[in-house]
Order: sequence, then C-alpha cells, then structure tokens
Amino acid sequence: MCLGIPGKVVRWLCREGVAAAAEIEFESVRRVCHMACVPEAEEGDYVIVHAGIAISRIDPQEVVRFQEELANSKLHDEWPLTETAGGELP
Amino acid sequence: MRYLDEFRDPVLAKRLVAQIRRSARRSWTIMEVCGGQTHGLLRYAIDVELEGVVHLVHGPGCPVCVTPLESIDFAQRLALQPGVLVTSFGDMLRVPGPHGSLLELKARGANVRVVYSPLDAVDLARRYPDYQIVFFAVGFETTAPATALAVLQAASENLTNFSLLVAHVRVQPAMEALASMPDSRVQGFLAAGHVCTITGYASYEAFVERYQLPVVVTGFEPLDLLHGIWACVRQLEVGSAQVENCYRRSVRREGNLRAQQLVGQVYQICDRPWRGWGIIPGGGLQLRPEWREFDAEVRFASLLESVVNEPSECRSADVLAGRIKPTECPAFAVRCTPDRPLGAPMVSSEGACAAYFRYRTACTWCDSLRDSAVADDRLRTTAQRVREDTAAASVRRGYHER
Repeated sequence: MCLGIPGKVVRWLCREGVAAAAEIEFESVRRVCHMACVPEAEEGDYVIVHAGIAISRIDPQEVVRFQEELANSKLHDEWPLTETAGGELP
Repeated sequence: MRYLDEFRDPVLAKRLVAQIRRSARRSWTIMEVCGGQTHGLLRYAIDVELEGVVHLVHGPGCPVCVTPLESIDFAQRLALQPGVLVTSFGDMLRVPGPHGSLLELKARGANVRVVYSPLDAVDLARRYPDYQIVFFAVGFETTAPATALAVLQAASENLTNFSLLVAHVRVQPAMEALASMPDSRVQGFLAAGHVCTITGYASYEAFVERYQLPVVVTGFEPLDLLHGIWACVRQLEVGSAQVENCYRRSVRREGNLRAQQLVGQVYQICDRPWRGWGIIPGGGLQLRPEWREFDAEVRFASLLESVVNEPSECRSADVLAGRIKPTECPAFAVRCTPDRPLGAPMVSSEGACAAYFRYRTACTWCDSLRDSAVADDRLRTTAQRVREDTAAASVRRGYHER
C-alpha cells in the first residue's frame, strides 16, 4: 500500500491548490499525477509518487551522499552515524 | 529505473551484509514495520543473508491486512446496492470477506472497480452523475493525503455522488501497542519510510525515550534495508536507543507539511479497530464532522451491520504482531494460498504470508547473482539452500501436487 515509485517531472499542467498536477515520466510511461503536496518540485526533478499523488521531491544531494558513503573504502571501519535525533551516540 | 537501480547494487549489498555480520556480536531481533519492506527483505533474501545475526520479524504495516471484516462486509453490502459503485485499490478488492471478496462479487454482477488513485474515483463521480461512487479508503498516513485531496476536489466541484468508506490507520499507535506487549521480542524497529515522508520522525523521539528501542527510518530497496538494519544493529550493540533517518532522500524530520495540512483539514485522529488486534487508541483517522456528507457510513448508515466472525483457522493476528512466521501457521500453503486465502496477509501485495509464499518458492535475486560476475560462492550456497528448504517444505505440505 505504501508503494512509492520515483518519476521525473516532465511538465507542470496546473499549479493551483488542490488541482495542482504535472506530467510525470516513469521510464517510458507518462502519467498525470497530482502535485498538491509537492508544490516546490520543478520540471526535471524526481518525485516519489504514491496512489497517484507526489508525496516528496527526491533530494539528489542525499542520493550522492548515500552512494559516496557506501562506496567509501572505509565502509569496513567504524562508520559515522547518519543523521540522528535526540542526541549523539556514546 | 533512476533512483531504484542505484539502490539494488549487489556488490554494495554484499559489503553491507558483511559489515552487519562484523558489527553484531550477538543475534538481534528487529521488526520492519511496513509490508513493503517485508516484501523487499524476502524478495532479496536479506533475511537469509543475515541469518544468525539478525532475526527479522514482520510488523503490522499492511493496511489491507488490518482492515476489519466489518468494513469489508459494509463495502460488500454497498456494492450490491443498485446505483452504487464501490472503488478501491486492487489489494483491498481481493481480500476475502463474509461473502467472498469484492472482486468475486463483481463477477456475480456487483458494481466494483479497481482504481489506481482515489482521484480516479472522483473522476468516475464526474463521469457518472447517476451513480453513487464510494471509495474504500484504506492505507496508512502515506495514503491519507490522496484521499483527503479527493474529498477536497469533490467538495470544490460540488460532487454530491462521491463518498469515502474510511478505514485509514496510523502506524505509531500500533508500534506502541507492540512495544507494550509483554511477550514482545522486538529490540529495534525499522520505521516505514513513506509513512515518515508524510509524518516526519520527530514524534518517534518520545517513543524511543519511553520504550528504549531504536527506531531507524528505512527505505524499501535492498541497500536502503541493509543500511537501516546496520544502523539499528550498531545502536543495539552500544546499548543506544535513538531515532535515526536512513531514508534521507525522501524523509525530513518535520515530514511533508503540505500533506499534513491536507490530512488535518479533512481528518481527525480516532480510535479504530485493527483486524486481529482489537481497538487501538488513536490508531485511525476519521472524517472531521464538517465533511460528514462525504462519509459513506453516514450516507448509507442503514446498511451498517454488527460483528462479523473471523475464520477460526487464520492466525493473521499472530503474524501481524510478529509472534509467528507465516510458515508456522498450520494452514500456510496448504489450506491458505493466494488463490484461496483464509486471511488478508495472504492476499495483499504487502502481506507477510503472501511474501513468504511468493519468495520462498523462488530466490530471484540470488538466481540473478548466480549468473553475474559479482556472484560469490556464499550467495550461490544461499540460493541453493533456499531452494532446497523450499522444496522440502513443499513436499512436507503436499503443495507440489497443486
């Protein structure tokens, strides 16, 4: 049920309130999706679409950061914690 | 596919597996909350790869599975009414109710239709003004913005033939119920990434403080899952309990404020019965009084019925609470299969029973690795072992004769 698929914002169709919608490309498939929850997305951005509406804009910098961390040769050493809440680990 | 393939790299996955194995000095029990994560873990045989160091138990994060039979029964009564068209996601329509599933009713002439989005149901209301269009609104916080948007759109267009049968549930109260169970074995949680995309994860800070269990916000692809498990194991190894975000490309601490605003405008928190669990305080959403005209339970109140009995043999409540694995249910793969399910977890694409049925009869990822340059003997051995175990289980259960 919580399946979310990343898709590319190809073209905004309407940016007005609850009617906000854009054409989203999922590889070779395009579909009109509702964009009321992600008004900040621009054409060319990737968003996660769930049940026909975009629920978040994918942060490309975080993707790069994730990949760099995993590709880092220090992976086998003690890895610094990712973003935490509620204080630092001992 | 961009932003999916990058997170399925088998080389990095193997390194993460090795790192988790090195980090764990004992075996830890971790629950993944979301059914989508359950399917990812089984599809990529991550549970098998981590055998002995991480025991993964599967949580209640399948909204279809916890939708009470009473709601399904009500939806079926609605579908049998002349001039009423019941719509929902495909999973929901396949769940068996007191009179079969909604799709079976459709085969017998009832008005039922699968839609991809609740907004598609609003479109049906526009196109068929002579029909009452009811959307059976199931789902966690991830789905609630879409159904809230549907109500707002219908209201803005004065569509009086659209209504919702609301069965929305909330994740965190269920996690609290789990953590409070005296027989709970869970030592850490992988929180549902797309739920947290909407809600954020600030509310888990009080949760970890209270229950002293680490909560790691985790995505759905193999590297996401392994990353989340590793973060959880590292916390457990040093005796820490904190909220950690391992799905940063989608999840922010505060969540999606615009989506929260939409949900808050249309819904309010309520106590809700969860199938197999009973009533969970604060465990659901209901329409605010100002939107009652869009509530199918108000519009069709005369069709509401009382208690409906569960199939006695189905142990879905134990599966959803992580007390047993699906394979420990005597009916699994014998009297309960996706073709003839006893309970919702065998039906839903996120149900734990369906995941075991589907992925313990084939190890797709391991098979693909076998043919790739990066495959190693250990993975080959794993794939072989899974196949042998599955074959043996099938023989024991007589399912191979199907």
